[in-house]
Amino acid sequence: MKCYTPVIYKGLSPCKPNAIKSAVLQSEQVQYVIKQLAKEMGESPDIIQEEAMEILDEMGHRMQLGAVRFFAFTLSKIFKQLFQRVCVNEEGMQRLQHAIQEHPVVLLPSHRSYVDFLMLSYLLYTYDLALPVIAAGIDFLGMKIVGELLRRAGAFFMRRSFGGNRLYWAVFAEYVKTMLRSGYAPIEFFLEGTRSRTAKTLTPKFGLLSIVMEPFFKREVFDTYLVPISISYERILEESLYAYELLGVPKPKESTSGLLKARRILSDNFGTIHIYVGQPVSLRTLASGRISRCPYNLVPRHLPQKPSEDIQEFVSDVAYKMELLQIENMVLSPWVLVAAVLLQNLPAMEFELLIEKTLWLKGLTQTFGGFIEWPDNLCAKKAVLSGLTLHSNIAGLVDGHVVLNDKGVEDGAVGEIVFRHALAVLMCATYRNQLLNVFVRPALVAVALQMAPSFRKEEVYSCFNFLRDVFSDEFIFFPGISLKDFEEGCFLLTKCDAIQTSQQEIYPTDKGSGTVSFLSAMFRPFVEGYQVLIRLNTYIPVVNNAYKPRRLKSQLIFRYLSKEMKEAFTEKQFIPAVRNFVFQLLEKGSTQCYEALSSDMQKNALSALVQLGAVKKKKTPNGFTYNVNQEAVGKILDMFDARIPVQKPVAARL
Amino acid sequence: RGSGAGAEGAGVIEPGEKEAQGWPCHSTAPCQEVVATQELLKWNGWGYNDSKFIFNKKGQAEFTGKRYRLGGMVLPTFKEWIEKTFGASLEHKTTSRASLNVNDVPPPIVNEEFLQDLRATKISYSQDAEDRVFRAHGHCLHEIFVLREGMFKRIPDIVVWPVCHEDVVKIVELACKHNLCIIPFGGGTSVSSALECPEEEKRMIISLDTSQMNRILWIDEKNLTACVEAGIVGQDLEKQLAESGFCTGHEPDSMEFSSLGGWVATRASGMKKNIYGNIEDLVIHIKMVTPRGIVEKNCQVPRMSTGPDIHHFIMGSEGTLGVVTEVTIKIRPVPEYQKYGSVVFPNFERGVACLREVAKQRCAPASIRLVDNAQFQFGHALKPQVASIFTSFLDGLKKFYITKFKGFDPNILCVATLLFEGDREKVLQHEKQVYDIATKFGGLAAGEDNGQRGYMLTFVIAYLRDLGLDYYVIGESFETSVPWDRVLDLCRNVKERIVRECKEKGVQFAPLSTCRVTQTYDAGACVYFYFAFNYRGISDPIHVYEQIERAAREEILANGGSLSHHHGVGKLRKRWMKESISDVGLGMLRSVKEYVDPNNIFGNKNLL
Repeated sequence: MKCYTPVIYKGLSPCKPNAIKSAVLQSEQVQYVIKQLAKEMGESPDIIQEEAMEILDEMGHRMQLGAVRFFAFTLSKIFKQLFQRVCVNEEGMQRLQHAIQEHPVVLLPSHRSYVDFLMLSYLLYTYDLALPVIAAGIDFLGMKIVGELLRRAGAFFMRRSFGGNRLYWAVFAEYVKTMLRSGYAPIEFFLEGTRSRTAKTLTPKFGLLSIVMEPFFKREVFDTYLVPISISYERILEESLYAYELLGVPKPKESTSGLLKARRILSDNFGTIHIYVGQPVSLRTLASGRISRCPYNLVPRHLPQKPSEDIQEFVSDVAYKMELLQIENMVLSPWVLVAAVLLQNLPAMEFELLIEKTLWLKGLTQTFGGFIEWPDNLCAKKAVLSGLTLHSNIAGLVDGHVVLNDKGVEDGAVGEIVFRHALAVLMCATYRNQLLNVFVRPALVAVALQMAPSFRKEEVYSCFNFLRDVFSDEFIFFPGISLKDFEEGCFLLTKCDAIQTSQQEIYPTDKGSGTVSFLSAMFRPFVEGYQVLIRLNTYIPVVNNAYKPRRLKSQLIFRYLSKEMKEAFTEKQFIPAVRNFVFQLLEKGSTQCYEALSSDMQKNALSALVQLGAVKKKKTPNGFTYNVNQEAVGKILDMFDARIPVQKPVAARL
Repeated sequence: RGSGAGAEGAGVIEPGEKEAQGWPCHSTAPCQEVVATQELLKWNGWGYNDSKFIFNKKGQAEFTGKRYRLGGMVLPTFKEWIEKTFGASLEHKTTSRASLNVNDVPPPIVNEEFLQDLRATKISYSQDAEDRVFRAHGHCLHEIFVLREGMFKRIPDIVVWPVCHEDVVKIVELACKHNLCIIPFGGGTSVSSALECPEEEKRMIISLDTSQMNRILWIDEKNLTACVEAGIVGQDLEKQLAESGFCTGHEPDSMEFSSLGGWVATRASGMKKNIYGNIEDLVIHIKMVTPRGIVEKNCQVPRMSTGPDIHHFIMGSEGTLGVVTEVTIKIRPVPEYQKYGSVVFPNFERGVACLREVAKQRCAPASIRLVDNAQFQFGHALKPQVASIFTSFLDGLKKFYITKFKGFDPNILCVATLLFEGDREKVLQHEKQVYDIATKFGGLAAGEDNGQRGYMLTFVIAYLRDLGLDYYVIGESFETSVPWDRVLDLCRNVKERIVRECKEKGVQFAPLSTCRVTQTYDAGACVYFYFAFNYRGISDPIHVYEQIERAAREEILANGGSLSHHHGVGKLRKRWMKESISDVGLGMLRSVKEYVDPNNIFGNKNLL
């Protein structure tokens, strides 16, 4: 049996999971809320205390070395089945080892798969580092045995939403903070909140981050290390599940039998995993000069306190910074490049041309700072071929051409064909998406160049700024530095000779027009997709006349939505309605934008509309409802429409 | 008379000894012979000329002189401690200039008309360079460093010695008449740069030395008050009161040298405040001479409701408003019985919890202090050579009991020192109560001797800095007050910050960064930090030192601590005043200054 003696935090006073629970229960913070609630509801504090205890029992982990060993053993077998290699940056592990001894540590991995946290814990175990406690969704508890096993391996469970439940919030926050303060174990959670179904980094959630930052704000700890971790998969385990989900086929509930059924994937090959443990970032350094200390000095520290605007802004900045660090250290496989090229050249692309373009894109990606796993001695053909082999479920080689693998096309109804094709496109897009955050700044400059009425810098910038705002939920931008992003984009484009800048103007070079149009084509699915989705909000009555929906169900929804233009609707109503609408357009062939079917894009578009003030979001007892401001939506469409020449699908090709 | 910030404070310097242990036998010259006093004291370091740490021919540390209990004793483990703690070596020595170089001293600015008027008053004065330099500084590290290696850019142009309230009135009138600057000077133990002359001051600077106003004017046994001239030095005040069977009980660590007026001007705090109170609790009446005239109350009563208490404009004014000349102060009969004590705790956390409980039950002894492990070790290093085999056997046995039998880790444990005072019976009863509480927090009684030595050490540390300076080690102390719930976090974070900053600033050897809780209150505690490091290899040690000290203060404020508990603000901590008392608060103080002293006669630029 492996001898496991991890290095631990220097200030650690060792204790059992149960001791932590009772410390939480007895803490001033929780007791305060219990007393408050008891007073407000006229109940006895004992009853509420009982409730708190139940919450803790539901939530708390019970880390046991036995379970950890069991997992380590099983996982090592399974991982060996599934993956060819797991690559780790050793110096990152060493830095982490050092950090763990010095200050409380928060691990912030990217989230693409359930494998993430299993792999990370396995890794830390293997490297003899302290095992983290992991914030997991409560849905795992639905899995018999496995849920409990995860609990024993250090997972603690949080409800998906508990905004209104003060007791839950207090208990949860205190639980996390108690573990952090005592240096009990590194705390691990996902900034993105959930697995990204698109492999594009999701905009961060702030709740847990602000909880783990609070002990430092209150100076209960000297410092806290935030460690961004990038986990890159050559092939994502859940890729097809995700694609179905994006198309509205519901996510299967987590269940043990589901897990057992999924075991057939064991015979599949999922390539290489790269784990990059980033430089630990000192929260103290980040906060120096930014946080006014007064608010925390004038109120007893155990009272729940709404963070000031300063603090909220700071938390948000840190969250974005961490995600950008994750993105920076992602490892891209050659297949990612192939997918990006292929998507611009559907339905089929000549193999040799694909190789050529892939090689060209490799150079561009490296110029933009992307890290590609491409050994020097590996020839392009081999790289592309091995990608095609690994992803044979997505694309394949037919008669010297590479085509998407959307089998079953011939014998289906139109709807079936669209669905199949959409599935393949979305799966393929998942890989292209891994490039997007590396490309987004120069690419949006490229798009802006095409949108702007002239090459004058201000106009290009204003278009860039507009796009950046519209796509603020789609891609990761550090808040409030639009100009810096623009300059970076211009710099990168200049670096690859795609544009030239003078004092007043920015214009594409002759040599660079290929690059500019490739970049704008890369982001066209988003530009077009958003237009389609936004237009939906204003033009539905027209659409209703032009295309007679065949299905009664869709009809109902269209009518419903068009009526809803005056009334409020919810996200739950919006998504299926939009999906059906886009479906219709695709069936009719009036758009080629399959990615507009993605519920992810639909949600992002809606939230962009909210942020731009074109849709009003209101909180009601039953969740959020939305109201469309027709005029404002029209204006946004004008921004797109008036300035973007309508591109035919053919023109989109490189 | 008022010693703006002249007196209290004493940086690294903590308490004097008790009379019982034998204070320094010398008494500050009560006569007009100012020179006598001045010559007894070091010109470039802390305290008496004859008292200092040295390394004898055998390379062992020794404390010279006969003033203190440690005098003449050999400290066998001290050298090793210094080497281990600072990485210092006896081979690397720096030496101070042996005496003041009169040629370096900036020439005085002289206002002849004033001099003529002054001569007419018959008040003694001096324009001698040594007299002026002696009053140009307090005891901040950078000030001592300048004395050893450089020269101040601006020093007082003249020193005057008023002998009574009326003399002060005359001097202030003359200063107003000729528009000159007055800086009151008491004991000169300031650790806030309060005595430094503003470089840009173009007027003649008068150092108003209050040391000759040192009489007890009367003692009122019925009301237990005494009216005292403000220039009296702490130890003299206690000695003279003792002759009548009384004491004030106010014992700041600098009391050998600091003056009553200085205590008032800085809001001083005494070691035994638990019984006697801090200066603001002790003062019944203050007479202060300002450019506007004399400010005082019309009666000597325990409390009055007549608007904001004007005493509170005066206490802590740090010499910016005028000169405190006479103070009526509460006195108590000298206590019948005194007893030291000490308690060992397994760790600092338990110790703080115990002090908190003692404060909660309001049963704190005259003094209760908790030193952290580093200071415990330091205290150990200052143990004199043991005279008999029996004592060393006993020490070994004690050590065995605590570390082996009780399982205390000698690198974690910490010690509280206690001082009880009062009726014999009550003291014993009180003692039991405190030890019972301590037991609940895992504390073990560790004997009277350890307690007594603890109190002696706090003052010895002041002398230690001069030794350190000879071996490339610089250090200082600073203090704060903090709510109970933040004591532990603040102590840990500030110490850690110091260590980190040292590392970042290129200090080669980890610094000594240590703290102790020195006072307990209902709502919080006073915490004292010591910080010292070996500066070999650093080109500008004072600058580095100041950066680190500043970072430490930032850390204190971020942890909910105060800007100062009793050292005052001076010029050293001015930058944080606005943050500490708000814009409006600062404006309130400014408007008082503007009314009282519109021409900024009291122009030491402290506080505001």
